[in-house]
Amino acid sequence: MISAHEKIAELTRWVTSPSTHEKTARAVMWASGLTVLAILLVITGFVVIRGIGAIDLEFISAMPIAGGREGGILPMIVGTLCIIAISTIVATPVAVASGIYLTEYAGTHPLSKIVTFGAEWLAGIPSIIFGLFGFAFFVVLLEWGFSILSGGMILACMILNETIRTTQEAIKAVPGSYREASYALGATKWQTVSRVVLPSAAPGILTGVILGIGRAAGETAAIMLTAGSFMALPTSLFSSVRPMSLHVYLLAIAEIHPGAVARAFGTATLLILTVLIANLSSRAIKNYYTRGLRQER
Amino acid sequence: MSYTGERLKIVVRNLNVYYGKTQALKDVSLDVQANKVTAVIGPSGCGKSTFIRTLNRMNDIIPGARVEGKITLEGQDIYGNNVSAVEVRRRVGMVFQKSNPFPKSIFENVAYGLRINGLITRESGSLRERIEKALADAALWDEVKDRLNTSAFELSIGQQQRLCIARALAIEPEVILFDEPCSALDPIATAKIEDLLRDLKSKYTIVIVTHSMQQAARVSDLTGFFLLGEMVEYGLTSEIFSRPKDKRTEDYVTGRFG
Repeated sequence: MISAHEKIAELTRWVTSPSTHEKTARAVMWASGLTVLAILLVITGFVVIRGIGAIDLEFISAMPIAGGREGGILPMIVGTLCIIAISTIVATPVAVASGIYLTEYAGTHPLSKIVTFGAEWLAGIPSIIFGLFGFAFFVVLLEWGFSILSGGMILACMILNETIRTTQEAIKAVPGSYREASYALGATKWQTVSRVVLPSAAPGILTGVILGIGRAAGETAAIMLTAGSFMALPTSLFSSVRPMSLHVYLLAIAEIHPGAVARAFGTATLLILTVLIANLSSRAIKNYYTRGLRQER
Repeated sequence: MSYTGERLKIVVRNLNVYYGKTQALKDVSLDVQANKVTAVIGPSGCGKSTFIRTLNRMNDIIPGARVEGKITLEGQDIYGNNVSAVEVRRRVGMVFQKSNPFPKSIFENVAYGLRINGLITRESGSLRERIEKALADAALWDEVKDRLNTSAFELSIGQQQRLCIARALAIEPEVILFDEPCSALDPIATAKIEDLLRDLKSKYTIVIVTHSMQQAARVSDLTGFFLLGEMVEYGLTSEIFSRPKDKRTEDYVTGRFG
């Protein structure tokens, strides 16, 4: 017969043994991973199941009717694309140039730390505050009104950090041996950066730009205060538009109407797919080029 | 020390190099003769790589590196105020320990130095000729002439290293520095590079860092032995290996340490 004392000793051994810790740690982490996956599937699944039925050719190619309760969302799609285009065109050169400056030129210069910290801080500011600034500055002060331009500019500010960071990472990933080879041939710093470093970093930078596009597509709060919510096709940069994300919000807070709810979920589904495609293509680009790099040795 | 009757290409006097507070080279003085192969040997960490990187100012790009003393190339102080590192590197080429071709085609790798230095005219004919010549001088032309537009990464490591040599030759420097160029290569690829070194010295002055004493003995005319940041002995390779003057050199070349 086993005494109570022995049983406790056995239990203690079991609890303190490294293999028990290993198993427990594995189980906890496995469960956490599964939870993340479950959350993702439930949210996207819920939206997509309720929304996919609303999506057909008419939905993406027709004008909205009755405040969006009926008809399609063509102007919202166009509005989203216009704002994404403006923000990407404005943000990319600035972000890439500062990424290059920070990694290749700044060295330990204090400005480098200030810019990096500033960009991170910028990224942490709630989007409604960007919206408030955009409204006061672009819409009112510069008299651009609720417009594609105002919305695009404020989104450009919001995606700067992400693009700067991915540019920095992409540039840091370029082997130092390429730079050495270039310098050893009598290249200047700019020749080295523009002819060797940037071409090698380009795929990485592109993935950052695409991720920025995904983020811009989903932004709502800042857009509401800068782009307005006008439901017609834009005719110029100063036209007010209602991007898809904002349309989802406005349909959802309006009175309960089956047409409006279905279209909110339909629009949301399209947005989810857009972000998914952006993420997948950025991954594909990265994989394609890193595979190429691995072949080098 | 100098050898009368020989033309001096590079003169190094009282060279001290520091990385931050660490001193990597102590009071090194050495003459590099024109159209000779000068080998720099010594155990790991003796400062031999640091030494040749001072000859084309590659240490300039290492943060915290500081160079004191005087190095002249054909009488001109390469660390002088009116001399740029870019200009020095244009005249003093370098081949690295690990082959480091650019992620570009074979052709573009060799063309790179010509393009950035503005050494080509608009006629593509002359560019092609110079590239063919550089590849031929690097004993690579026959192996790559039918695939100049394929990626340099498709070459074997030995071929990649010869491509890097061709790339350095293309801009016709006066001196070429080799920093352990064969350390990643098999014996056959190594033999090809060593043959090449012997051919190249008719046109170029060569300085090679090597961890292999046999290699130094095979390819070099003069050898400098470095230990703990100091140059212990410098002289004709035959003498360094057969009648070393310093006990430390003798211990090293006879394999007692290192």
